[in-house]
Amino acid sequence: MAAGRLSLALDRGAWFGPALVVPAAALLGLLLAYPLGLGVWLGFQDAKIGAPGTFIGLENYQYLLDDPVFRLTALNTALYTVVTVALKLALGLGLALVLNQRFAGVRFWRSVLLLPYVVPTVLSAFAWWWIFDPQFSFISWALVKLGLIRHNIDFLGDSWLARGSLMVANIWRGTPFFTIGYLAGLQSIPTDVYEAAQIDGARALRVFREITWPLLMPLTVILTTFSAIFTFTDFQLVWTITRGGPANATHLFVTLAYQRAIVGGAMSEGAAIAAVTLPALGLLAYAALRAIRERA
Amino acid sequence: MRSRLLGTWLPLALFALFLLFPFYWMVLTAVRPNQELVSTATNPFLVQHPTLDHVRYLLTGTGFPRWFWNTMGIAAGASVLSVSLSWLAAYGIVRVRFPGANGAGLAIYLGYLVPPAILFIPLADVLLKLGWFDRPAALVPVYTTFLIPFCTWLLMGYLKSIPREIEEAAMVDGAGRLRVMLGIVLPLSGPGLISAFIFAFTLSWNEYLYALVFMSAPEHKTVPVGLATELVRGDIYQWGPLMAGAVLGCIPVVVIYFLFVDRYVQGMSGALKG
Repeated sequence: MAAGRLSLALDRGAWFGPALVVPAAALLGLLLAYPLGLGVWLGFQDAKIGAPGTFIGLENYQYLLDDPVFRLTALNTALYTVVTVALKLALGLGLALVLNQRFAGVRFWRSVLLLPYVVPTVLSAFAWWWIFDPQFSFISWALVKLGLIRHNIDFLGDSWLARGSLMVANIWRGTPFFTIGYLAGLQSIPTDVYEAAQIDGARALRVFREITWPLLMPLTVILTTFSAIFTFTDFQLVWTITRGGPANATHLFVTLAYQRAIVGGAMSEGAAIAAVTLPALGLLAYAALRAIRERA
Repeated sequence: MRSRLLGTWLPLALFALFLLFPFYWMVLTAVRPNQELVSTATNPFLVQHPTLDHVRYLLTGTGFPRWFWNTMGIAAGASVLSVSLSWLAAYGIVRVRFPGANGAGLAIYLGYLVPPAILFIPLADVLLKLGWFDRPAALVPVYTTFLIPFCTWLLMGYLKSIPREIEEAAMVDGAGRLRVMLGIVLPLSGPGLISAFIFAFTLSWNEYLYALVFMSAPEHKTVPVGLATELVRGDIYQWGPLMAGAVLGCIPVVVIYFLFVDRYVQGMSGALKG
C-alpha cells in the first residue's frame, strides 16, 4: 500500500519527465532531425551554395545513376566496407583472444594496443599518408635495400594500390574497436563452460568453434553492424590520404558528396549522394537494434 | 612453453608491430631534421641528429597554439553541455516513467546511428541561416548532435543500475522530487558522468568533418582541420611540423585515455548493450 503510493508520488506530474527530455530533444530536433529531413528534401532540388533551388524530382538521382564516377564510388564503398569489416573482425577477435590470456604485462598491452582507435583519425591518417609517400616511404626503401624491387612503389598513384593502402589504414584504426567489444564478451563467458569442455578433452580449436564462437554470435552481429555503419560513412581517412584520387578511384559516398557539395558548390547533388546511404543505414541500424534487444 | 610462444608472444609481437608502428613513425618524423627526412641514403628507421626545430616552428610559426585552445574550448563546452542535458534526459526516461519514455529512448539511440557524414550538407545550410558560419562557438551545439545520443544512452544504462529503493526511501523521509533527483541521484551518478565526459571530450577532440566544413578563417580552426588545411601545401618540408602537430594533437586524448583506461573500456563495451 505504502509502496504503491510512493511509486505513485515518483511518477506523478506527467509534465516532469518530458520536461527533462525537452532541452536535449530540442537541440537534436533543430540540429539533427531537421537537417536529416532537409538533406533528403535538398536531394530533390537543384540548390547550389548560396543559391536556393527548385524542386526537380529525381533528376539528381537519374544523373548520378549515369555518372561513371558515382557508380565507381558505389562499388568502392561496398568493397571498402566488406573487406575492411571482415578483416577488422578477424584481427580484432584474434587480438582479443591473445589479450584474454594471462601473461606478464597483459594490462599494459590491453591499454596500449587500443590506441589506434583512441587517437584522432586525421592525425594518425597523416602518419599513414607519410608512410605511403611515393618518394620516401620506408616500405619502398626497405624493399629496394633487400633487392626485391628496383623502383619505389607509388602507393597512392595507382588505383588498386591506393585502395589497398586506404584499407590497411582503416583496418589499423578499426581493429581495436572489435577487440574492446570481444574482450568484454569473452570475459562474460562463464568459466565452467570451458571446464566442462576440458573434462571432455576437447581441443582448443574445437572449443573455440563449438563453444566460444556461437556464444559470441549476438555480440558479433552488434559489432559488425556498428563497424559497417562507421566504415561506409568514412570520410576522414580517405579525404586526408587520397582526397578520392587518383582519378576518383578511391572515393566513398561521403568524400564524393563533400567534393561535389562543398568543394564544387553543388549542394543538392551532394545531398543526393549522402541520401543514397540512408536505406543501408536504416537496415543496419535496425539489425543493430534487434541484436541489442536480443542480447539484453 | 612452445604453445605459449605461438599462442601469446608471437601474435602479440605482430599485433604490436602493426598497431604501434605508425606512432613510432609519427614521433620519429617529428624529431628528424629535414636533411634526414628527404635523404634516401640514411636509414629511415632511425634519427641521427634529433631536433626540436619542427616543434618550435609549429608553436611559433603556425596557428597551432590557437587551434589547440580552440579545440580545447569547443571540446570542453560541448562535453559539459552534452553531459548535463543527457543526464537530465536519461533521468527523465529511466526514472520518471512517462508515456512515450521508451520511444524517446529509442529515438535518441537512433540519433547515435545517424553519422555526421549525411548531415553536414543540410547542416551547413542551417548554420548559414542562423548566422553561425565560421564561428567556433557554433561547434558547441553542433557537436551535441553526436554527443547527446551517445551520452544519454550511456547514462541511461548507468541510472538503471542505481537502485530505485534509495529514491523511495528519501521520499518517505519527505524529500521532494527535485531534492531526490539533485541531492541523491546526481551525486550517485558521479562515475557515470565521468565516463560520459571522457567519451564526449575525446569524441569532440577527434571531430573533423563539421569543423572542416563550417570553419574557414585560419584562427577559427581546430587542431585536425588547421593541420590538414594550413600545413598541407604540397611541400615536402612540411612533414616534420605536420607530424609534430599530430603528436602534440594526440596528447590530450592519450593522457585522458590512460588516466581512465578501465572506465573507457567499460563504457565502450557498455554502450553496446541495451
